[in-house]
Amino acid sequence: MTRKLTLGLVVALGLAVAVAPPPAWAQQKGPIKIGFIAPMTGGAAQVGKDMVNGLMMYLAEHGNQIAGRKVEVIVEDNQGSPAVALTKLRKLVESDKVQVLAGGLFAHVGYALAPKVDEYKVPMLYPVMAADDLTQRKPTKWVVRTGWTSSQPSHPFGEYAAKTLGYKKVVTIGMDYAFGYEVIGGFQKTFEEHGGQIIQKLWAPIGTTDFAPYLSQIRKDADAVFALMVAVSSLRFPKQYENAGLKARLPLIGGGTTFDEFVLPSLGDEAIGGMSPLIYSAAIDTPINKKFVKDYRAKFGKVPSYYSETCYTAGRWIDEAAKAINGDLENREKFLAALRKVEIPDAPRGPIKLDAYGNPVQNIYIRKVEKKDGELWNTVLKVYPNVTQFWNYKPDAFMKDPVYSRDYPPCKYC
Amino acid sequence: MSGPAPARRLLVPLGVLVLLLAAPPFVSSYVLTLLTQSVIYAIVAMSLDLLLGYLGLASLGHAAYMGVGAYSVGILATRHGAGFGTILAVGVVLALALAAVFGLLALRATGVYFLMITLALGMVGWGLAYRWNSLTGGDNGISGVPRPALPLPWSLGEALPFYYFALAGFLLSLGGLWVIVHSPFGKSLVGIRESETRMRTLGYHVWLHKYVGFVIAGGVAGAGGVLWAYYNGFVSPADLELGTSVEVLLMVALGGRGTLLGPALGAGIIVLLKNLVSVYTHRWLLILGAAYIGTIVYAPEGIVGAVRRLAEGPAPAPARPEA
Amino acid sequence: MDFWISQVFNGVSYGALLFLLAGGLTLIFGMMHIVNMTHGSYFLLGGYVGLTVIWKTGSFPLAILVAAVAIAVLGVVQWRLFLHRLAGEELGQVLTTVGFALIFQDLALVIWGGEPYTIPAPAALTGAFNTGALYFPVYRVFMIGVAAVVALILWFVLERTRVGAMMRATVDDAEMAGGVGIDVRRISMSVFALGALLAAGAGVVAGAFVGVYPGADFEILPYAFVVVIVGGMGSLRGALIGSLLVGLLDNFGKALFPEFSYFTLFAPMAVILAVRPTGLFGRA
Repeated sequence: MTRKLTLGLVVALGLAVAVAPPPAWAQQKGPIKIGFIAPMTGGAAQVGKDMVNGLMMYLAEHGNQIAGRKVEVIVEDNQGSPAVALTKLRKLVESDKVQVLAGGLFAHVGYALAPKVDEYKVPMLYPVMAADDLTQRKPTKWVVRTGWTSSQPSHPFGEYAAKTLGYKKVVTIGMDYAFGYEVIGGFQKTFEEHGGQIIQKLWAPIGTTDFAPYLSQIRKDADAVFALMVAVSSLRFPKQYENAGLKARLPLIGGGTTFDEFVLPSLGDEAIGGMSPLIYSAAIDTPINKKFVKDYRAKFGKVPSYYSETCYTAGRWIDEAAKAINGDLENREKFLAALRKVEIPDAPRGPIKLDAYGNPVQNIYIRKVEKKDGELWNTVLKVYPNVTQFWNYKPDAFMKDPVYSRDYPPCKYC
Repeated sequence: MSGPAPARRLLVPLGVLVLLLAAPPFVSSYVLTLLTQSVIYAIVAMSLDLLLGYLGLASLGHAAYMGVGAYSVGILATRHGAGFGTILAVGVVLALALAAVFGLLALRATGVYFLMITLALGMVGWGLAYRWNSLTGGDNGISGVPRPALPLPWSLGEALPFYYFALAGFLLSLGGLWVIVHSPFGKSLVGIRESETRMRTLGYHVWLHKYVGFVIAGGVAGAGGVLWAYYNGFVSPADLELGTSVEVLLMVALGGRGTLLGPALGAGIIVLLKNLVSVYTHRWLLILGAAYIGTIVYAPEGIVGAVRRLAEGPAPAPARPEA
Repeated sequence: MDFWISQVFNGVSYGALLFLLAGGLTLIFGMMHIVNMTHGSYFLLGGYVGLTVIWKTGSFPLAILVAAVAIAVLGVVQWRLFLHRLAGEELGQVLTTVGFALIFQDLALVIWGGEPYTIPAPAALTGAFNTGALYFPVYRVFMIGVAAVVALILWFVLERTRVGAMMRATVDDAEMAGGVGIDVRRISMSVFALGALLAAGAGVVAGAFVGVYPGADFEILPYAFVVVIVGGMGSLRGALIGSLLVGLLDNFGKALFPEFSYFTLFAPMAVILAVRPTGLFGRA
């Protein structure tokens, strides 16, 4: 008994030594280490893969070098769990000594990581996680959001639905969690300010397999239905919507993830005609995006999603900031300041820079699902340029209101 | 359970204890975080051992008690600025209360039925954390939990002091549980596991004994959850998932049920395995899956059980239920 | 009135899907007392195998057939190699089958990637019957039909055939059954195969309705457990009634009390268990 346990201890200690950090001298101007956290197993593994592919493609295009230094990417699988993400963050910072962090998926991971990132004082890019308050009411110094806020595309779309599409009464159905509240809240705010009325708000839990109980409640006097679906629910919702006989009567519009490029290849004709806003569409008709889509397809055999684009651009972001300070990433305060100053005029999704609160100012694309050469694409109907997270509200006044939630804005016309 | 050589039997645990006390200042900070996780999970695993090892009841809902403890921290520390003592007391009491309610339902069944009912009750706990938005923050969870501010010379915000803090929690739980399982009450639990009928004939109130054991296990797991939330600095419904309950069950089985120290060892092994393997391969789920199956095939009585059997001859494994 | 009709229809059709999944689970529970956490994986793998067959051949019936048989074989192998020696050891069963579920989950990710897919249903099963303001999607009617046929077949086999009699005898008293010359091992194996077969078939049928995607295994598993617990382990009638009950509760819960949609599923279950710990039709 003694021997076996002793053996176990020796093994454990051996492992401990094996993962101990390298001595300090090894850090002098070695490679730039990027720690990347994404789900690589479990339900969201493919999203994680899209994210990693985007970043890796950017680095490969640039000879795996940033500001003259070799780049090493350490991808850590957070298994879709915030607790694991936190452990991996500790590993990347304490054991791998990365100079910069990026990645993350789902708002709860973002909220879990932010305080720890601040404690470590290592800059972390959030290319995907969109929870509004991370750059509004609960900003974090060391988190640099290069992606978007959930409600950012919804604000112009609310106006578009009221003014251009001429809808008067809209029913919303959304995933019952913070991302859903923020996307739908943003839409409701601007839609109602332009004379529209949200006449019914339905919430379905994430993982809802059968939408029938919600679909059969949709009020008949509506002009359109606004749906906010994510991942698998985006896959099943349009078909169930069509089968319930609704598509023929009520146009389906939605949040960007309802029709994003991640699910589009898996959808059928039932999705055609769906309109949604987002910071990206693979169908953006610019030379730079066309090249991006072509190269990405050649490399990974599929159309890039917004997850791929934002992580590709995150690579560019790190590159630009590092160049601005001549590769001196070890000076963290300076590096963080440089990250906040980055302006990219020609990302695949268009020009981007950060506002004073640390969220990108960028184009919002109003898109419509159309079939071209047998494939579904998000054709761009209209571009709203330089949209900030506050739309055209004053930031201070905007942030005096509570963050969008299940009950805010209240449903005045229900 | 009286071994032939108690002195020698104490040697190894004492050696481990010395290592746990002395080694941490010299290991890397990442390993220190894994050790901290290990000792916290060890508390939860030992509490489950009280059920599984000493009562023979396999519960699939143990994460719920841990979750109650964790959410007590999240809610009281961030919204009400409560101190450590208050929170620990509230967390443990709520976990005891939850176990008291669950126990009323679950203890009506045994075997497969007990498993299924605890699974369902665990899902209720998860569902509450997930859907009760106003209280739990729903899917986002609660972040920004400060570490406890205690009148100590060291700040618990630092990794090393917090490790010793968690280790102290572990040792206290171990001590408490050790006293319980070696008390007449603990002996009666083993007796119930072996034969309820016999114990009933001897005049024991079998149900009450089981119930008290069930509730105590929940309370200790709640204390583990309190530490877990302080350690992470945030709480989310993921802490209450079915996967967490199953993992704790694996820790107990791998280490050796009915041995207290075995499950603690199992907790350490699983925490290290998950984190170290995933550094080298994204296929760590395959390895973890194999670990589950391998444990049952090759070491059904767990590591400590197997070692004891080798050391003490072919005595029947302490916690093997009748096949 | 329209509201009630369509909600009942929706609830029943969802319950039909649950029955296909839970029917097999309840047999495995009841007859073999095996807690099979791999059951969700059969459902998932069935969907993926069916998807592959559809891609290659375009035939929906063939997809169901191949998936069901392939996964039944997989289940039998798993049972022969590991599970049959774990009779009466719930803990061993849980851990072993969870281990398999993790392995299958990861293998599925390696083989089929992580994109969500839907299985294209035959054209005849798409669209909806339309009476006035009411729509009855054809595919939902199809699911109800499949569940009804499966329920009838199972009932017939169990209650009216020699094999069924042997199965029932094995459940009641395996030792006695062995004594009168019933090959208990073979019977148990058949039950296990049948359970896996049903789950995989359900995976294909569901694949055209809810999709095939990583995570479907652990998502559907609690639903199947709830059905089995409510109905009573081992009772086919229980699984049928339990499925309908859960389908309807889930549906009306979501429609009438959206904020409590999760509780409308679990709260009645807790009540039923408090009154009858073995479920509605279970035997202690």
